[in-house]
Amino acid sequence: MDAAISLTVDGEGYRLTVDTRTTLLDALRDRLGNISPKKGCDHGQCGACTVLLDGRRVLACLVLAATVGGAEVTTASGLAEGDTPHPVQRAFLDHDAFQCGYCTPGQVCSAVGMLDEVAAGWPSHATTDLTAEPRLSQAEISERMAGNLCRCAAYVNIVPAIEQAAGEVR
Amino acid sequence: MKPFTLATPTDADEAVRLVADDPDAAFLGGGTNLVDHLKLGVATPGALVDITRATSAEITDLPDGGPRVGAAVRNGDFTADRRARERYPLIVQSVLAGASGQLRNMATIGGNPLQRTRCVYFQDVTTPCNKREPGSGCGAHGGYTRYHAILGASEHCIATHPSDLAVALAAVDATVRVLGADGERTIPFTDLHRLPGDAPERDTTLAHGELITAIDLPALPMARRSLYRKVRDRASYAFALVSVAAAIELDGDRISDVRIALGGVAHKPWRAHRAEAVLRGARPLEETFETAAAAELADARPLDGVDGGNGFKTTLAARTIVAALRDLTEGARS
Amino acid sequence: MSDLLRPVAIGRDLVRRDGMDKVTGRARYAYEADVPNASYCRLVQTTVARGRVEAMHTDAARQVDGVRAVITPFTAESLHTDGGELAVLQDQEIAFRGQVIGLVVADTAEAALRAAELVEVTCSTAPHDVALSADRDDLYKPEKVNPSYETDTSDGDVDVAMAAAEVTVEQTYTTAMYHNNPLEPHATTAFWDGEHLTVWDSTQGVHPTRAVLADLFDLDKEHVRVICPYVGGGFGSKGEPHVHVVLAAMAARAVPGRHVKLALTRQQMFSLAGHRTPTIQRMRLAADRIGHLSGIAIDVVEHTAKMKEYAEQTGVPTRMMYAAPNRATTHRLAALDVPAPSWMRAPGECPGMFGPEVAMDELAEALGIDPIELRIRNEPDVDPETGHPFSSRNLVTCLREGAARFGWADRDPRPRAREEDGWYVGTGVASSVYPVNRMAESTATIRFERGAYVVEIGAADLGTGTWTTLAQIAADALGVDVEDVSVRIGDTRYPVASVAGGSSGMTTWGSAVVNAARAFRDKHGSAPADGAEADGSTEDNPATEQYAMYAFGAQFVEAHVHRDTGEIRVPRLLGVFAAGRIINPRTARSQFIGGMTMGLSMALHENSVLDPRHGHVVNHDLAEYHITTCADVTDIEATWLDEHDPHVNPMGTKGIGEIGIVGTAAAVVNAVHHAIGIRVRDLPVTLDKLLPGL
Repeated sequence: MDAAISLTVDGEGYRLTVDTRTTLLDALRDRLGNISPKKGCDHGQCGACTVLLDGRRVLACLVLAATVGGAEVTTASGLAEGDTPHPVQRAFLDHDAFQCGYCTPGQVCSAVGMLDEVAAGWPSHATTDLTAEPRLSQAEISERMAGNLCRCAAYVNIVPAIEQAAGEVR
Repeated sequence: MKPFTLATPTDADEAVRLVADDPDAAFLGGGTNLVDHLKLGVATPGALVDITRATSAEITDLPDGGPRVGAAVRNGDFTADRRARERYPLIVQSVLAGASGQLRNMATIGGNPLQRTRCVYFQDVTTPCNKREPGSGCGAHGGYTRYHAILGASEHCIATHPSDLAVALAAVDATVRVLGADGERTIPFTDLHRLPGDAPERDTTLAHGELITAIDLPALPMARRSLYRKVRDRASYAFALVSVAAAIELDGDRISDVRIALGGVAHKPWRAHRAEAVLRGARPLEETFETAAAAELADARPLDGVDGGNGFKTTLAARTIVAALRDLTEGARS
Repeated sequence: MSDLLRPVAIGRDLVRRDGMDKVTGRARYAYEADVPNASYCRLVQTTVARGRVEAMHTDAARQVDGVRAVITPFTAESLHTDGGELAVLQDQEIAFRGQVIGLVVADTAEAALRAAELVEVTCSTAPHDVALSADRDDLYKPEKVNPSYETDTSDGDVDVAMAAAEVTVEQTYTTAMYHNNPLEPHATTAFWDGEHLTVWDSTQGVHPTRAVLADLFDLDKEHVRVICPYVGGGFGSKGEPHVHVVLAAMAARAVPGRHVKLALTRQQMFSLAGHRTPTIQRMRLAADRIGHLSGIAIDVVEHTAKMKEYAEQTGVPTRMMYAAPNRATTHRLAALDVPAPSWMRAPGECPGMFGPEVAMDELAEALGIDPIELRIRNEPDVDPETGHPFSSRNLVTCLREGAARFGWADRDPRPRAREEDGWYVGTGVASSVYPVNRMAESTATIRFERGAYVVEIGAADLGTGTWTTLAQIAADALGVDVEDVSVRIGDTRYPVASVAGGSSGMTTWGSAVVNAARAFRDKHGSAPADGAEADGSTEDNPATEQYAMYAFGAQFVEAHVHRDTGEIRVPRLLGVFAAGRIINPRTARSQFIGGMTMGLSMALHENSVLDPRHGHVVNHDLAEYHITTCADVTDIEATWLDEHDPHVNPMGTKGIGEIGIVGTAAAVVNAVHHAIGIRVRDLPVTLDKLLPGL
């Protein structure tokens, strides 16, 4: 069964017909040629496919494309302005916060979405006082980024990279 | 994955009609569990009805002072809600202890309690499972049982319920608002899920086509003194081995009221009525907590298994109950 | 080989050259090859662990819209092979559960999946056996262990040493079955034009993959091209081709003129992409009161597949680590109905430094000697195994430097002596070791193009930094600015390169690059003409016959155990390494901490649960097979000595990709023991193993 949808991806508008079974991840990668979100598990267990959907970080592998017609999708590719990296990307480069690079676009999108959540005052499992404004500590960052697995294990570089970027994106 | 149609109704009655009239149809919420199951072949619906626009995504105040949480409220938005954070720490903590930031932005409050077991045999269509395929046998019995039940299991199914939120909602006696083809009804949250018995294919008491439209929280002032303690195999992004949702009210040196529910131990969120009975009216002493935990776990039936089984869970659950109660009463005890 | 390159670019902290492409996601991995009108593959697998495929009905599958081919053992083309792991779809025998018995090619991924679901399979089943134990009566002695070590060794008489010793340790340790689980699933895009096969494959070696494909399909090597500029992690599992690349090539040949894409699912990676065997290690240590070892022995039992032998060299590091006059090592295998085990980061050393390094801690405890001091007292003057001097051996300096940085001097050696905020706190240490490996064959070409130098070699960058570090080596070998050197790797169009394995990349490819640079200068001088070029190849290093060459390290761990629940957290890891000269401290540090974190993951989380009734790993995804998350790590630091080794190669490098995972798990176990006084000898260390003692 097919469904006709429109999507804005990294600022570009698209109209496409998708099988109802097609995930947003496959629509981006196989249909629109946007390879930035990666497929690491296809079951919501690794975070490599993280994109910003209408500004929020989600897992594109568990979103059926046909359910998000009209949405605005931002991938790590779209976060950069051409050859100029987003502050989070700049910080990842500065801190060598990746090795093989496969989880990295998802990490970057997740970090951008996460920093917005912190700015909006959302607590996390690491927040001791639920009623206070969360403050971005190492423990807060690592808990909030726990949904993005990195088998090269750049975690101890990712956390300071995000700390650096947090100051810049405010 | 079998082909399916997709409908996106904007009102709940229409959504219910579409599913109630079609035995092959299913509701689609945040998709975090169902889309996974479509890929695994665990779920094979012919029609999906997206209900994220058909139910409320608002949190509103009820006349009795408790909030009504619309079924389409995303888990992340719920944890951001200031009223919830102040009044129901155990519920907010339970949501924050589950999944990841991305998944919480997708999963809905109505859908979260309906997620299905993580039993590896349920999820693997090449192995037998009475829950997935009634009558095929239980693959987990004698298999990998680390995450399986110690309470209320049956010979047909030893699966556990994976939702953290559901444990907290069971503890506070939330109410589930349900819309069916015959109209609305409410279900006490503790009656939403069922034990497996001889029909493990049924996780809940909902009929086909019944839609959760909202979850009502009781005013319950005692919930301000509450917590959700989740014990898992890694620091985050893992399902519970054991979890405890607890709220307590002290009157002088006595426990005037207490609510406890356990996760990771049974086919449903396990409301610890026996432990509560021991504690009500008692003094908040470590020995009393231990007695209460022992009473609750008296009927625990640990399982053997491939990787050592789950015998440790009885001890772990008891110790976690005691630790949770100690944390909640620290400073109040002499 | 005593004249090391003068380090100018070498040693510089340069940002990865592929960084921008990776942080934006624009780097193209194998599945993402930019090709028109691709078709998609999906696999059909067995659901029994042993037996025979009697019949397959594919009519329903073929009727799915968009299906172009359905290939089964009854229809597949014949490969030139005598059997083994890559002989896929060649006969009806079922050697393990999850074996591929069918392949669907369709115009969309959805159609391919649906069609694969609709293939009906009739199998006969036979009893299977996947249970490893040390008391099986069918254990056998392999001819050699990976890659070509002696299976058993014996010097002196360990039995006599044990009988005469003042103190002994005799314990059995086990490591679990592990899966490499790189974040990028194994994937291939393939194209067959009727004569030439082109594959974009996620591989640690384009040339080895080409050689295998050319043989299997009986093609001239020049008619096969393998391309792989980026690898989304491999950790050994992409070191040798697995069936997916063969299947993708088969699929392409079934639909000539069309590109096909095949990616394993995460679940399939648990049966089709290799794994590390579980190991059972019986350790014996004999010592006198002051801690001098008189004997050390390890007897290893592990599994292999009936279909293909792979013998992990778990006992090998025990042969050279400590100065015990009596030493013995053995390896015995159980051949089971399991998928073929294969390489996983530091095969041999990683599991093989678990038992011995925990046993050393147990010996230190029994003797009342500090575990660092015990290791220092057993430092050998020469390699105990060969009698050769070490080209450099700085284990003791690593231990001392680490102790100083970690604050070891303040440690109260008594277990369970420290509690903070409801957590018992302990610290532990273990040694690391990894050999300096050099592969046989690699060639580099250096060309002068439009005022800059271009290095071409079919090498791989799996996140290891090759894009950047080879440029640094070439710059110093040529005596030019690193900005004037560009590197081209990951394509069989470039000169032959060995597999990225055994931490051998820099030694092997780097030596080829240095020789190419020297040849270039000899031939073209310092003012080359445009287009000038020269080749250089890796050559044998005679020093390997005269010296024992190893990198060493020391790992320090702080572990916390929750007083109530037994939950374990490791807030602090420190590794100090002596691994020769470091080409790029930025990428090197990432490799070390990455290895250490994977070691932490092995210690606390990883465990492939093989259900003997069904015959497969049942926790076969990333929700149930836990690897460390960001939340599991706090402070992990790696540092290294400024080690000068004139014998290993012209760069002075030893290889750093694997040593980081060696010894970590033992250090964690030792720290947990110090925290609460419970000795866990079976990995992973999980709370259920601690609860009875709390």
